Amino acid sequence: MKRVYINEKWCLGCRLCEYYCAFAEKRHEYNNMALALKDTLISPRIRVEEYGDITFAVNCRRCEEPLCVKSCITGALTADGIDKDRCVSCCTCILACPFGAVSLVDNVIKRCDLCNGEPLCVKACPNNALVFEDRRCV
Amino acid sequence: MKYVIIGNSAAGIGAVEGIRKIDKQGEIVIITSESHHTYSRPLISYLLQGKTTRTKMRYRPDSFYKDNNCKLLHDTVTKIHANEKRVVLQSKDSVNYDKLLVATGSSAFNPPLFESVSNKHNFITLDDACGLADSLTSESRVLIVGAGLIGLKCAEGILSRVKTVTVADIAERILSAILDESSSEIVQSHLESKGIEFKLACALTPNELSNYDIIVVAAGVRPNIALLEGIADIDKGIIVNTKSETSAKGIYAAGDCTQSVDVSTGESKIMALLPNAYMQGETAGINMAGGNATTEETIPMNAVGLCGLHIITAGNYTGEVSNVGNNRFYCNDTQLNGYILIGDIKQAGVYTNLIRKKRALSDKQEVLKYESKIV
Ligand SMILES: Cc1cc2nc3c(=O)[nH]c(=O)nc-3n(C[C@H](O)[C@H](O)[C@H](O)COP(=O)(O)OP(=O)(O)OC[C@H]3O[C@@H](n4cnc5c(N)ncnc54)[C@H](O)[C@@H]3O)c2cc1C
Repeated sequence: MKRVYINEKWCLGCRLCEYYCAFAEKRHEYNNMALALKDTLISPRIRVEEYGDITFAVNCRRCEEPLCVKSCITGALTADGIDKDRCVSCCTCILACPFGAVSLVDNVIKRCDLCNGEPLCVKACPNNALVFEDRRCV
Repeated sequence: MKYVIIGNSAAGIGAVEGIRKIDKQGEIVIITSESHHTYSRPLISYLLQGKTTRTKMRYRPDSFYKDNNCKLLHDTVTKIHANEKRVVLQSKDSVNYDKLLVATGSSAFNPPLFESVSNKHNFITLDDACGLADSLTSESRVLIVGAGLIGLKCAEGILSRVKTVTVADIAERILSAILDESSSEIVQSHLESKGIEFKLACALTPNELSNYDIIVVAAGVRPNIALLEGIADIDKGIIVNTKSETSAKGIYAAGDCTQSVDVSTGESKIMALLPNAYMQGETAGINMAGGNATTEETIPMNAVGLCGLHIITAGNYTGEVSNVGNNRFYCNDTQLNGYILIGDIKQAGVYTNLIRKKRALSDKQEVLKYESKIV
């Protein structure tokens, strides 16, 4: 299965991935990022962390044994996505995810959904620090 | 191979999914005393609040039993004959097994004071919740006995449907099992501002009970261990190892009925939480089917929302405490031992992982620096 891999060496810390992630949620309403994000505080599902000189993006790792899914008290969170109708925003997934990659935004649980197979964060990364690949041996 | 699972909740369902990872053919029989499709216990308060429905609160889709090719029996197991590998049901039928999982969970503890009280409810099962809902009116004055997680979730669930909600506890503060003193205060004043009344450090008398129309006894739970008495080692709960094996050959146990090691302290204890139940169940299932799995790194942890306030806690509260806003971190020189996050819960999982992995901190301030930057 393909997932987003992060190459710290190439990350410039520009945070474009964060903006494109926020845009991804609205791309069906707007065709332009500036319009989509105008006057909003973004809450992206990918997040750039900085440690001194090092910067890197953190997002859902598509764990093979996903603790968020196993911990879900309602059964709404599966490897494939979130059944918003059944999720009660109890945040047990946030308690469990070792990467801090699940978030609560306006009382709704969010996790990277890979933009239906074309992650915008990867497309947007100007230095190829984010790649979308299948690296698992089969 | 024939698998029998006693219990149709998180641990039992985890076991089905674990077995089916390895064995697609073997016969699986799930036995439950309850008459429902598998549902999420924690959602009963959301049901009363109108935030979920009986259909939505199903823990797995309607097709779960069919998809996993298992049989569900609505009956109660009254005895296990370990020598004959057979369980006896209330209906007098019996079911043979090759591998058995006991995932019987826990039941409400009812202190003697409430024995003769008539308008009394527990708050553990879907039937409990429906029974309580039926008896509530907008004029009800409700007393909830127990300011733990279940009592407070019940309070939140019924608050808008009744006249008054009072929560009483013998302890001096609320959620004393998962919060420290200063955090208890913050959560208590939040709940008071939403209209819940508290009577703490309070030993109730029969006289006082008459001031209320409905009493909910949420004074703790007890693990359902009776079926394995004399068969496997039991302390407070059924003792299991990281493979979910009991001391009796071929018999596994998982979930709220068990006791296992809290890696944050090294103590063996009951950690009655849904994620632990699921994962222990899944581990049991994989091992029952001949695979090889363990549940390592189990720690006490809680995520709970109360009247709009999100609270996440994990680990134990020893060592030096530091605050970042309302968030509290308990560290010793090299390790994070526990945390309490109130309101700002963003990075909870990162901290949970530090505790579970016993990861050495690069310096004493590592967690605080991280948290301050994220906030
Ligand atoms: C109101 C409430 C809120 C909660 N909130 C949270 C929360 O926010 N987060 C969290 O992690 N946990 C929460 N919990 C705890 C959580 O519900 C339990 O940890 C979890 O349900 C344990 O699962 P289990 O499978 O071990 O047992 P249980 O859910 O207790 O299920 C036991 C099963 O065994 C069956 N059974 C028992 N004895 C027999 C018998 N002799 N014969 C046949 N069947 C039998 C029962 O019918 C049932 O199907 C909450 C619990 C309650 C009551």
